[in-house]
Amino acid sequence: MDHGEKRLMDKSQESLFVRLIPFFERYGILLLILIMIAVLHLLQPDVFLSWRNVTNIFKQVSWQSMLALGVFMVIVTAGIDLSVGSIIMLSLMGLAIASKAGMPWYVVMLVAPAIGFLCGMFNGIGITLLRMPHPFIMTLGTLYIFRGIGNLISGGVPITGFAEQIRVIGNGKIKLDVIFGEGAREYIPTSLILMIVIFFIFWIFLNHTRIGKWIYAIGGNPGAARAAGINVDRILIVVYTLCGFLAGIGGLILAGRTNSAYPNAGLQSELDAIAAVIIGGASFFGGRGTVLGVFAGVMIMGILRNGLNLMNVSVFWQQVLIGSIIILAVYIDVLRRQLATRT
Amino acid sequence: MSDNLVLEAKSVSKFFGTITALQNVDLHLNKGEVLGVVGDNGAGKSTLMKVLSGLYKPSEGSLFFDKEKVTLNSPRDSQNLGLEMVYQDLALAGNLPIGDNIFLGREPTRKVGPFNFLDHKKRKQLTEEHLAKLKINVKSADQKVEELSGGQRQAVAIARATAFNAKIVLMDEPTAALAVKEVGKVLDLILNLKKLGVSVIVISHRMDDIFTVCDRVMALFQGTNFAESELKNTSRDEVIGWIMGKKD
Repeated sequence: MDHGEKRLMDKSQESLFVRLIPFFERYGILLLILIMIAVLHLLQPDVFLSWRNVTNIFKQVSWQSMLALGVFMVIVTAGIDLSVGSIIMLSLMGLAIASKAGMPWYVVMLVAPAIGFLCGMFNGIGITLLRMPHPFIMTLGTLYIFRGIGNLISGGVPITGFAEQIRVIGNGKIKLDVIFGEGAREYIPTSLILMIVIFFIFWIFLNHTRIGKWIYAIGGNPGAARAAGINVDRILIVVYTLCGFLAGIGGLILAGRTNSAYPNAGLQSELDAIAAVIIGGASFFGGRGTVLGVFAGVMIMGILRNGLNLMNVSVFWQQVLIGSIIILAVYIDVLRRQLATRT
Repeated sequence: MSDNLVLEAKSVSKFFGTITALQNVDLHLNKGEVLGVVGDNGAGKSTLMKVLSGLYKPSEGSLFFDKEKVTLNSPRDSQNLGLEMVYQDLALAGNLPIGDNIFLGREPTRKVGPFNFLDHKKRKQLTEEHLAKLKINVKSADQKVEELSGGQRQAVAIARATAFNAKIVLMDEPTAALAVKEVGKVLDLILNLKKLGVSVIVISHRMDDIFTVCDRVMALFQGTNFAESELKNTSRDEVIGWIMGKKD
């Protein structure tokens, strides 16, 4: 059967459902967010879509989204980074100690991303140069090491109180007096702007630069990347370093938000990050996924937690629900793939 | 010897410890010629290809590109001299579109201020031109490689090897993993390369391949030159005999 014939047959046999598949593939996740928003709006009409609550969601997801974005890049290379939750804690502690030591605020602000950068580079070098059999092992090790170091340097106690300039990133407000009139309470969180800017930069990086293309190629077939003359180890070090750097930025945001560095900061947040990436449609086997998908995954987790809190659902039920959504999201993906390759 | 000589290996030997993989092997290739290399498993075909592409350094003997003696330290060196290898496992990234695979590692870019960004338009245009030149039919240059058939993937691998004006292409069993109806397309593609003036070395077990595309065939046996002939002066049975080490 030649191609023309096949296409004709497909056209007549395709049901509406099948023809909608490509549409769902691209925009399904955004549709899911809209449905969640609509349902929560109906359930909590006065609160959910209020300015205060919406900004609250964004403030909450802003630091988590940094972890998710970093872990996403790592997962695209078919790797994993379990240490981001510990990196965020260590960079937060480093920032707090620099702050307590009386360093100028602009130096203190650089400390967190710098620590994240170095931690990520350590992961990357370990995975490539030490020839660790899988990134899971290296980053499982550093998950313990980084949090341990964080507690060693802080003595295991919280450190609170940062200068206002440091807190601007995580807690700053851009007043909207111009739109809503003098003295209005509506504002845009600085962290939301930062999140959008960083996601945009990384979208450009992954889709419009050679290194971005190589990151996807490594996830698709590392052998092909090597045969094409790409220095796979170097690109992997770049990816893990950027992942750590983003976790460091997350630490800076968290510092502003909580005004405190505490031993449990970022605990288990690496799992939230992985969950957001998977819900956002990235393949755990590498090579697949989009920055927009990660953003959507982060938002779904954030909206869900927020909505359940608003409705006073217990934290335990929240855990059950989020777990179920991860499995459901991946199962839908499995079904979609089966349909896409139907014969 | 012909003036069109593009590649020559003179008494190349390759030892791995006590094992002799190649012993004083000679090979020459003319412009626009398709040379078939046959031999049983372990006859040294793949080792010879790896020496020609610079992956292995010959223990003895020398290589000449365009009649100039060269020393290859890596496949990069042979690529720079215009020799490309099509790998048996194809070396493609299935998650990427055809165009991205063809230009992987050598992507066209454009400068915006201090930054280099991928030039998607140019890549697409170059891909379409190149596929058209080789008469490779695919739905779209943006189709992902994992959606292609085995033959189409082989075609993409060949397109990748020839995208940068390769003068010599080495192919290791290009039809081995293909469905019968796809073999013909890949063989057509090899004949097309020949028309474009590209020289091709094909390793194959399949007599159909050899007798469809080759101008000349040489047989290796136990790491040595065993027999060689213009295709028109030999027969399938004779070549099969060479593979098994039989000569009249």
